[in-house]
Amino acid sequence: MKFVDEFREPEVIIRTAEEIKRLADPSRHYRIMEVCGGHTHAIYRFGLKDLLPSNIELIHGPGCPVCVLPMGRIDDGLAIAQEPNVIFAAFGDMMRVPGTQGSPLEHKARGMDVRIVYSPSDALKLAEVNPNKHVMFFAIGFETTAPSTALTLMRAKSRGVHNFSVFCNHVTIIPAIRAILDSPDMRIDAFIGPGHVSTVIGCRPYEWIAKNENKPVAVSGFEPLDILQGIVMVLRQLKADEAKIENQYKRVVPWEGNNAALRAMAEVFELRPYFEWRGLGFISQSALRIRDSYAEWDTEQRFHVPGVRVTDPKAAQCGEVLKGVLKPHQCKLFAKECTPEHPIGSLMVSSEGSCAAYFNYEHRKTAMVTSIAMPA
Amino acid sequence: MSVAAGGNSIPSPIVRPDSAGPAKVRFREPQIEMAHGAGGKASRRLVEGLFAPLLFASSSEPLGDAAYLDFNGTKIAITTDSFVVNPLSFPGGSIGELAVNGTVNDLAVSGARAEAMVVTYVLEAGLPTPVLEAEVRAMGNAARKAGVAIRGGDTKVVEHGKADFMYITTTGIGRPLPGLKIDPHTVRPGDKVLLSGSIGDHGITILLARGELDFEADLRSDTRSVLPLVEALAKAAAPGIRWMRDPTRGGVATSLNELARDCGCGIVLTEEVIPVHGAVRGACELLGLDPLHIANEGQFLAVVSPEYADAALNALNLAPGGEDAQMIGEVREQPAGAVLVTTRYGGSRIIDMLVGDPLPRIC
Repeated sequence: MKFVDEFREPEVIIRTAEEIKRLADPSRHYRIMEVCGGHTHAIYRFGLKDLLPSNIELIHGPGCPVCVLPMGRIDDGLAIAQEPNVIFAAFGDMMRVPGTQGSPLEHKARGMDVRIVYSPSDALKLAEVNPNKHVMFFAIGFETTAPSTALTLMRAKSRGVHNFSVFCNHVTIIPAIRAILDSPDMRIDAFIGPGHVSTVIGCRPYEWIAKNENKPVAVSGFEPLDILQGIVMVLRQLKADEAKIENQYKRVVPWEGNNAALRAMAEVFELRPYFEWRGLGFISQSALRIRDSYAEWDTEQRFHVPGVRVTDPKAAQCGEVLKGVLKPHQCKLFAKECTPEHPIGSLMVSSEGSCAAYFNYEHRKTAMVTSIAMPA
Repeated sequence: MSVAAGGNSIPSPIVRPDSAGPAKVRFREPQIEMAHGAGGKASRRLVEGLFAPLLFASSSEPLGDAAYLDFNGTKIAITTDSFVVNPLSFPGGSIGELAVNGTVNDLAVSGARAEAMVVTYVLEAGLPTPVLEAEVRAMGNAARKAGVAIRGGDTKVVEHGKADFMYITTTGIGRPLPGLKIDPHTVRPGDKVLLSGSIGDHGITILLARGELDFEADLRSDTRSVLPLVEALAKAAAPGIRWMRDPTRGGVATSLNELARDCGCGIVLTEEVIPVHGAVRGACELLGLDPLHIANEGQFLAVVSPEYADAALNALNLAPGGEDAQMIGEVREQPAGAVLVTTRYGGSRIIDMLVGDPLPRIC
C-alpha cells in the first residue's frame, strides 16, 4: 500500500531504532510527549515501545478530541437530541463516549435517532434527504477537522439548508500544550508535534515552544517510521543542546500551513473566551464557536442548551493521565471499573485515548509476559 | 461461528431445563444493545450469563459451534444460526447463500459434514416476491453445492416496519467426519495455528455495499462452504487437528481469544504472514479498523499439533480455494489466556476480542 508500506519497512525501522539507542545518553532519563492521540495509538498498535531503550519515556499528550471533551457537553448534545424530530449525527468515535445517562449508542438503543457519519458533509446530506427533521452535527476535533466543519457550514448557508446545525466542540491545540507546559507537576524534555493538525496550521505556531520554553519539537507523521524519526530528531537536538521546530512530516505538512483551510475557519469560527477541557479545566481562548453570521446553523444559538457541568467520577484520574502525570495503569479505576467495554472516562473510549490504547495493546502484555521471542 | 447470541448452539449433553440445578443468572445489563449480537465480549457475557445457566445443563463446557448428541451410540452434530444481514445482497453473495453456508460451516469446523437442514423465514409484509424468490433460489443453489438437503421449514410474516425485509434461520444436523476430535482443552504450547485464506473480505464488502462510504473497491464477500477444505485437512492430518473455528463476527481476533481463554494458553501470531487483500487493508487503515476484527464467511482457523502442521498446511494449499492458507502463529504458554501479535520489526501488541460493534448486522 503506497504511503504506508514504505514507512513500515522492517530494515529501516530497526536501523532507526538503533540510531535512537546510540543517541540516548544512558545516564539520562528522557520524557518525550507525543501530542496526538493518533501517535499514542500507533505507538501501542505497532509495539514501538518494545524498540526503545528503557530510559526513553513516552508521555501521552492531550491530542485526543474525544478524551478532552467534558461530559457535560455530551449531556448537552444528547439533551437537544431528545427534542422531537432531531437527528443526532456524529463521528463513530463519539458513539461510545459516556454521558451521565449513557452514551449516544445507548441512547440509540433506547430509540434516539443517532447516526454515524464519516464527515460533516455527510451530516449535511442527511439533512437534505430528511427535510422534515433537524440534523444536529456534534462536531469535535482540533484544527484537523475544524476546516471541514467550516466548509460544511458555508455550504449549508449557500445552499440554504435550514434544517441543519452544528454543535461546535472544536478546540485548538496550542493553548492545550501551553497549559501542559504551565502545569507545575509536568516535566517534559521534548515534543513529538501533531501531524494532522499541522497540515492546517503549519509549523510556525509551535516556535514559542522552542524559543521561550527551550523544548525541541518534531512535527511527525503516524506511521512507525515517522514516530521513530521524530524521536531521533528531538534526541539529536537534546544532545546538541538545541531547541527548534523540525518537520518530519514534510510529505503532508507545509511549513506555513494550509491557507484555504485557515480562511474557511476564519470565515465561520471565532475564539471562545474560555472552554472547559476534561482534566485540564478551563483554558482561555482554547476553543472555537460559530460566528453570529452563521447563527442559524449554530445549535447553541438555535436550541436551548442546558449547559450541564458534570464533574468526572471522583476516583477517575483522567486529568492526571491526560496531562501525563500518571500512566494509564496507575489510575485507580484502570481495568477495574473502567474498561473499553464499560468506560468511565473518555480516555478509555476512543482508540486514540491513551487508556484504551494501553488496555487493548499493552496492559495484559506487561502484566503477564516478561520476555517474548519472535515466533520462528 | 455461532457461539454468540445470534445463533448459539447447545452443548451436550442435553438435559431438560426443569431437571437442571439452581440457575445462576449473572447477566445484569439493563437492556440489550447492538453489541450483544456482535459476537464479541458482550455476546459472550449474554450467552454465558443468561442463556447457558437457564438453558444448558452443563454450562462449564466450552461453547462450540455445534453440539454433539448421542443416540444409542450414533453421534449427530446439531447447530443453528440466524441471518439478518443488511443489505440482503452484496458483491459475492446474498443472505440466502450465507444462511446455507453459515450452518454448513459451523458443522464443518465442529468436525461434521452437514446432512440436512431446516429453514425458517421471517418476512416483512411488503417484501417483493422477486426478492424472496432470488434468495430462496440462492439457498437452493448453495445447498446443492454444499451437498446438504433442505428438509423442511417454517414461514412467518410480520407487519410492514416490524422487520427489515427478511430474516432467515437455518438449523442443520451433520454426521461426524471420521477421526476428528475438536476440543479446545487439548490445545497445548507448540501447536500451530493455520488460517484457510485472506481475512476481512466479507465485513468490508458489506460495509462498502451499504453505500455509506464514498469509496469503491474491487472486493467480494468470501461466503462459501469450507467443508471441502476441512475434509482435505482431515484427510491429511486428522489425528493432529485439535480445534477449528470459522471466524465470523468479531473476526480472527475474537475466535482466537475465545480459544486462548478456553485452553488457558497464549496464542502468538506473526502479523506479516496473515493474508489480507490490499483493498481490505486499505479500508481498515482509512477507517481505523483491524482486519483481525473483521467478519469472514468462508474462512476457518485450525490448531494442529506440530508434527502434523506441515502436512496440514500442504493439504490446504493443494485443495481448491486453499491456495492462500497460511500458518499464522503458534500456541505458547504465555501470554496465558490472551492473543499477542508480533510485528515485522520486533514490536508486539495484545489483541483483544472485539469490543462494541463497528459493523452491525454483518450476517
